[in-house]
Order: sequence, then C-alpha cells, then structure tokens
Amino acid sequence: MSDKINSPRSGFDRRAFLTGAAGTAVAIPLTARAANELPQAAVAQDPAAPVQVTLRINGESRTLALDARTTVLDALREHAGLTGSKKGCDHGQCGACTVLLDGQRVVSCLTLALAAEGREITTIEGLAAGGKLHPMQQAFIDQDAFQCGYCTPGQIMSAIACVREGHADSDDNIREYMSGNICRCAAYPNIVAAVKQAAPEILKG
Amino acid sequence: MRSFSYQRASDPQAALQALAVTAAATTPLTDASTQPLAGGTTLIDLMKLDVMRPERLVDINPLAANWAQINLDGAHLKLGALAHMSHVAGHAEVQQNYPVIADSLKLAASPQLRNMATLGGNVLQRTRCSYFRDVSYPECNKRNPGSGCAAMDGFNRMHAVLGTSDQCIATYPGDFAQALIALDATIEITGKSGPRTLSFAEFHKAPGDTPAIETVLAPGELISGFTINGRWPRSVYVKVRDRQSYEFALASAAVALDLQDGVINDARLALGGVATVPWRAREAEAFLKGQKLDDTLAEHAADAAFADARGRQHNAFKIALGKRVVAHALKKAVAMEI
Repeated sequence: MSDKINSPRSGFDRRAFLTGAAGTAVAIPLTARAANELPQAAVAQDPAAPVQVTLRINGESRTLALDARTTVLDALREHAGLTGSKKGCDHGQCGACTVLLDGQRVVSCLTLALAAEGREITTIEGLAAGGKLHPMQQAFIDQDAFQCGYCTPGQIMSAIACVREGHADSDDNIREYMSGNICRCAAYPNIVAAVKQAAPEILKG
Repeated sequence: MRSFSYQRASDPQAALQALAVTAAATTPLTDASTQPLAGGTTLIDLMKLDVMRPERLVDINPLAANWAQINLDGAHLKLGALAHMSHVAGHAEVQQNYPVIADSLKLAASPQLRNMATLGGNVLQRTRCSYFRDVSYPECNKRNPGSGCAAMDGFNRMHAVLGTSDQCIATYPGDFAQALIALDATIEITGKSGPRTLSFAEFHKAPGDTPAIETVLAPGELISGFTINGRWPRSVYVKVRDRQSYEFALASAAVALDLQDGVINDARLALGGVATVPWRAREAEAFLKGQKLDDTLAEHAADAAFADARGRQHNAFKIALGKRVVAHALKKAVAMEI
C-alpha cells in the first residue's frame, strides 16, 4: 500500500474505511430483525434469531440487533462502529479489549452483550472531552508508553481503573495491577511511568 | 461458538426453574444443556473453544442482590457465591482476619477477570490442561469419557502429581478453593428442594474412573454461598508461578496456624497447582501439631505432604518445588506479626 492512499489528501484512510465497513455491517442484522418481527420471548426460543438490545455506550443509548453469542467487544467493533477496543486473544488473556462496565474494568471479549444490557460501558472513544485528551491518554503520549499501539486502548482503560482502585501507589503495585494487559512490544517501563504521571490528576478529579 | 439462547433470571426461583429443564439428565453437570452464567470467564472461554456446548444460558447475575454478601458475624465469615473475587480480595475485614482468603483471590487471574469472576464460579473453574482445552485432540477422558488421556505421555509439565488416576492427571487450577478447604469451610447449595450444606472438602471429586464428574453439584443446582468458622489471622497463601503475576500456580500452599508461645496448636495446610482437586495435606498437619516450627519440622511436614506424589516425564519437578513452597509458607505464617 502506498503512502498516498493513507494521506488525508486522498480523501480515504484506513480508519474511515473500517468505520464505514462497520456501519454497513450494522444494517445486516437490523434487516434480519425486520424480517423476523417476533416478540422477545419468542426470539429466545430460536437461538439463531437476533435479539434487540439497548446498550449504554459512552453515555449514549444504542439499540442493536444481536445474536446471543455477540460479546460486548464484537458489539462495539462490529455493530456500534467503535473499533477502539481491540481484539487480541479473544479469550480473556491479553487485556486488549478492556473496557469499563459501570466503572469497573472487565475484558469485553468474555462479556456477553445481552448480559451488559442496562449497564454503562465506557470505551477508549468515551474518554476525551471537549477536544481534550483524558489525562491518561496524554500521559501515554508524553511517556512514549507504546510502540505498535495495538494494546494501548486496553492499557489506558485498565490504567484508569488501576488508579481509581487505589492501586497506583507504587511501581510494584502498578506492575501487579496492570499485569492483565500484555504488551508484546514490551513498553512496560514507560507504561508504569505513564500511570504515575496521570494518577495525581485523575485522583484530583 | 455454537448458538444458544439467553435468558436472565430475576430471582433464585426463576433461575432454578430455568435450570431444572436439564435437572433430570444423567449427564455430568458440565455437559448439561442448560448452564448458569455468572462471571462467564470460564464458560464463555470454553464455549468459544467448543469444549462446552450449552444450548441455553441462564444469567444468574441479578441474584447478586441476595447472594453477594461478605458478612463477618462474630466468629463466622459468610461469603455469597456471586460476590466478585476483587470485592472479597479488597475487603478490609477479610484481609485482616483471613489473609489466606484475600491473598488466594488477589494472586489469581488478572484485575479485569477478578472484577468479573464470582466465588461460586471460581470453585467450578475447569482445568487448564491443554489437551482438555483443545478439541483437536480426540483423547481426553474428561471431555470425551473413555477416549484416553493425551497428557499422560504428552507434554505434562503443568499436570498434577497428587490425586491422579490412570484416566486423568489434569490439575485443578484454582487458588481460592485451597483457602476454603484449609479452613474447613462449608458450601451452601441451593436446589429445587431447598438449600443443603456440605463440607467444602466433599465438594470436588478426584478423577478416579470418571474424570468428567468434577464436583458433587448436580444439574439444576446452584452454589449460593460459603461459610468459614473461626478467624484465621495467622494464615498465608504462597503461590509460585512461571512468572510473577497473572499466571496459574506451579505449586501453591494455603497455610493457617494457631500458635501459642510458638507452639502450633492447630495447623491447616492445603496444596494447589500440584493436585487434581483442592488438596488438604492432613498427614503434614499431624506432624506439626504440638510442635515448634524449625527447618527440620518444616521439611518433615513438606515430605509428608508429598509422600504419595507421583511425577511423570515433565512434571516431577513439582514434587521438589511443592515441598519448598510448603516449608516456605509454614515459616512465613509463623513469622507473621498479628
């Protein structure tokens, strides 16, 4: 792929393409749902039929038609067009998919979307406010706390929770309580530095 | 993942009713077509791997309203089955009076998983035997009874040296259960005919000839809680792993002592990472009672704990390692300032 394709001047970039593709994917289950206008109790009898569910994502309500198998991670990425949360192992081992559920960090790849109904989901896309990065996002940039960046959204969500839990009070505790997020580029020392930088500002509120 | 239907139970009655669909089945609990969903950290993982194939999930998380308590009442600790691992690990009174419980939870899994996983699900978590988890291996007596055991002469470095049978050497992977069995906890099980209570030591079943049957929990029943009698401020959980954090035990020890002027009045010892089930080392406990701990006694107790251990090609190192973990945990418990 040439640089030209990725340049803003081409009017086409990878992110816009992915977001657009995800947006298209939403239409498929919605159409399937329209052809199957069954009440929810009846839908439950047929495991293959999508179920209408309203998720609270970054303060907004999103109504999606989801197969019962859909995890929160897949709901975010494939149905809500939010590709910030990453799929690493898809088995709860790497932490790349970490989001906050009612303020608590969880791995979204092992959380069923239907079970998250009525709960507040916060993703990396929900952190920046008024064009200003969240202190933890800024700290990751300031401290160069990533190389390839694939694990970073999960690292940042986990780091915010780590601070709020009160586990960012020493380097050892930060390492222990960030151990659920694997970084294959091994940016760990810089991640610890980023958590330390952002912690006072987050705790100040 | 195979398709399934999802149903949320609003209260225990509704949950038991929904689970009762398969209650009459003679299949092992883990093969029942209707499964309860709590934290999902084992179940969803194993469904993605096609190891577990339920047709219906009953989400029991709403039951947490009544089943998630942490209640230290006089000399009893009551823990609800739907309390999250992180909640119990971070509870100040549990940390102070039952460090072995708090540490067994804190040293397990990752912060994210501890926020999701419940105590009831924790004691039901299934082995990490790679042959069990990989359905491309046809041989697994636990997953596919009568098919054989690929681990027996396979890559068995992580496997058990205690409580094994010629059918299965899969390690029980948990940590919290060792604390429960050491402290003589009881487990409360709720079923159609009401709750029943039994000693936690009776809950898990060694593989024997039926490795597919892992506990005495029957289809249609739910774990509702645990009770620990007495307080055990002098208790520790020592866990040795391939890496320092976020890993299963190679060998671990739960130790609780009652000391008077340095003499051991009562000793409790349970082993993890080395056995097919949560393992109480009663022979070692007998060595310790009425004695003052020194290096020789710690060594003798450790030898007694592993007297029946049987290693295979890659896991024999666990016997030497496990003994050192036991001796270290005993010394650590004696040295505690309480």
